[in-house]
Amino acid sequence: MSAAEPNVRLQPESGSRGGMTLVGDDKPLLSVRDLAVHFPVRGGFFGRAKGAVRAVDGVNFDVYPGETLALVGESGCGKTTTGRAVLRLVEATSGSITFDGVDVRTLGSEALRKLRRQMQIVFQDPFSSLNPRMTIASTVREGLVIHHLAEGAAADERVLRLLDEVGLRREYASRYPHELSGGQRQRVGIARALAVEPRFLVCDEPVSALDVSVQAQVINLLQDLQRDRGLAYLFIAHDLSVVEHIADRVAVMYLGKIVETAAAEVLYREPLMPYTQALLSAVPVPDPAAKKQRIVLQGDVPSPANPPSGCVFHPRCHHPARDAACARFVPLLEQKGELSASGQSERTTHLVACIKQPPTAISWEEQRAAGGTKAPVLYVPVLPTS
Amino acid sequence: MPQSQPLLELRNLRTTFSTDAGEARAVDGVSFDVGASETVGLVGESGCGKSVTALSILRLIQAPGRIESGSEIRLEGRDLMSLSEREMRDVRGNRVAMVWQEPLSALNPVFTVGDQIAEVARVHASASRADAKAKAIEMLRLVGIAAPEERADDYPHQLSGGMRQRVVIAMALVMSPSLLIADEPTTALDVTIQAQILELLRDVQQRMGMSVLLITHDLGVVAETASRVMVMYAGEVVEEAPVRDIFAAAHHPYTEGLLRAMPRVGAIRERLTVIPGSVPPPTAWPAGCRFRDRCPYSWERCEREHPPLYQIGAGHVSRCHLAVEPQRRAQPHVPLAAVGTADAGAQR
Repeated sequence: MSAAEPNVRLQPESGSRGGMTLVGDDKPLLSVRDLAVHFPVRGGFFGRAKGAVRAVDGVNFDVYPGETLALVGESGCGKTTTGRAVLRLVEATSGSITFDGVDVRTLGSEALRKLRRQMQIVFQDPFSSLNPRMTIASTVREGLVIHHLAEGAAADERVLRLLDEVGLRREYASRYPHELSGGQRQRVGIARALAVEPRFLVCDEPVSALDVSVQAQVINLLQDLQRDRGLAYLFIAHDLSVVEHIADRVAVMYLGKIVETAAAEVLYREPLMPYTQALLSAVPVPDPAAKKQRIVLQGDVPSPANPPSGCVFHPRCHHPARDAACARFVPLLEQKGELSASGQSERTTHLVACIKQPPTAISWEEQRAAGGTKAPVLYVPVLPTS
Repeated sequence: MPQSQPLLELRNLRTTFSTDAGEARAVDGVSFDVGASETVGLVGESGCGKSVTALSILRLIQAPGRIESGSEIRLEGRDLMSLSEREMRDVRGNRVAMVWQEPLSALNPVFTVGDQIAEVARVHASASRADAKAKAIEMLRLVGIAAPEERADDYPHQLSGGMRQRVVIAMALVMSPSLLIADEPTTALDVTIQAQILELLRDVQQRMGMSVLLITHDLGVVAETASRVMVMYAGEVVEEAPVRDIFAAAHHPYTEGLLRAMPRVGAIRERLTVIPGSVPPPTAWPAGCRFRDRCPYSWERCEREHPPLYQIGAGHVSRCHLAVEPQRRAQPHVPLAAVGTADAGAQR
């Protein structure tokens, strides 16, 4: 109950925020490699597949024990599909998902059920993710019974302790979801996920349906639980201010691909992928005196059924060196910036997918040969801050 | 502050809904002005009464709701409460237009967007079919839609969320209204699209010289768009100030709490300050100060006496007794709603 808290996330070393050490195990709990989820587009009289929506298209990331990796991006970027594919709530088209050394994609249904004790999900909408006919107690209890963790009075006692833990009064146990506010329902969703004592939670926009004051309550709760239970979070969100607050590392998605990833502090201080820059600059700043250099992107996100060639962001890009080469080369995630020299581990490497932010494996000569007219140049606009 | 004659004047607006749980006083004595060519923000969380205020201005409250007698709504000096339904229909669309949160539900799925914009001109200006069509294309161009001649033939489902919201704004602007009410116009949109739409609203506001009443839960949106802001809580305006003052020197503990609870890019804190508890139901506003249980400064007076709007500074009013006993701010306590919860220690 004290305001002072141990800092479980990053322990910044004197002055330099690039040279930070991360606390915890150095072996990933979850490893995702080349993950792709394609949904067939059906058409014609017999509903034959005539194409595919590449919702997730070659995604790599690790989540370490006790840390929060945030997956951010706008609607349709594939962040939710990625989270669901990890839990096998949708089936991946290709790639590998390894959780604690177990290959998740090849598990049979019984083994998968066992594994799901370890990995749980908190959904965005606390109104539709709870069964309206089940009391709060039976909602939270269900997982305990399914996984044979507790029965009878012991289960009842555990349910009450879970309600305590998520900050719900015990009298709510016998109530139904419609009697609860949005914030209270989200606490029930968290209690339900925690009941089976998982080590890993996918939080899919857990606070975006909540009011600001309630949102802060739920974020604090998630942070307390992470500290107390050593949980790892894959935190899926579109709200960059919430993500900066809660995440250790951030991966930015655009059109099914990760386009930039770094430790949260680094990404917010020096975003290098032009899309990340635009995303950050678009966040309204609650300070009328703030200096603003707003990057307003033109147009909308293209359809993932028919993504642009080369860099998927190039039609909307504002990088001063954008040219014809951007439509020709598919940029790889490459290590960027000078920070890479100063004590970044593999885990905190700043990776950026852009052939115009140096250094890049696709040399200026190659770019010029492909029709490029502007040499790569480091571009870091000053972003609005509060 | 508004000049000589405000465009819109609300005085003691009270809107009530009869429910099984009793009378819900959704809007409970709201007064404010919107000046000509001014953008004013109306901020608050779910259930504070901000959207009902907007619907009341347009007299779109339906049974079991009603606007109580004694409420005054004046637009350009005209008493809207005394107008007939036919006259009121003329006000809507011609003088006051509205943009809704969810553009898809504001558009008819079986007509092209061009037809829907043209219909406004046909109904409100009795324009010919050809003139209305030309007007629709002109409006689509005004709201920044590329190739408006082609887009006019699209159906709403063929457009993205941001494009749909542009269409809704185009419809609202056909008759050059003097007041545009925008109710959470960007809440359903992605942040980069939100930036586009806010820029569009600023642009058309300046070009057409209209007033905008911007209703939102997002103080960031207000900071970037409005010149003045009203904060609503539990059916009342609890603070009103020029936008600069709200962010630099919020007076009401609720406003202060909202600003502290917001995570901000570029300002990492160990822990977010929360406002404990939740908004009381509108059927049972507590006597005295309605924020009392959630407030870290409340004392006996707050239970006894419903605070009036105290003058704090130029154009700055606050519904909080701290205005007359400012020394109380130096001694915050655990709010009643937080006693015995994990958030009790998280104040400040």
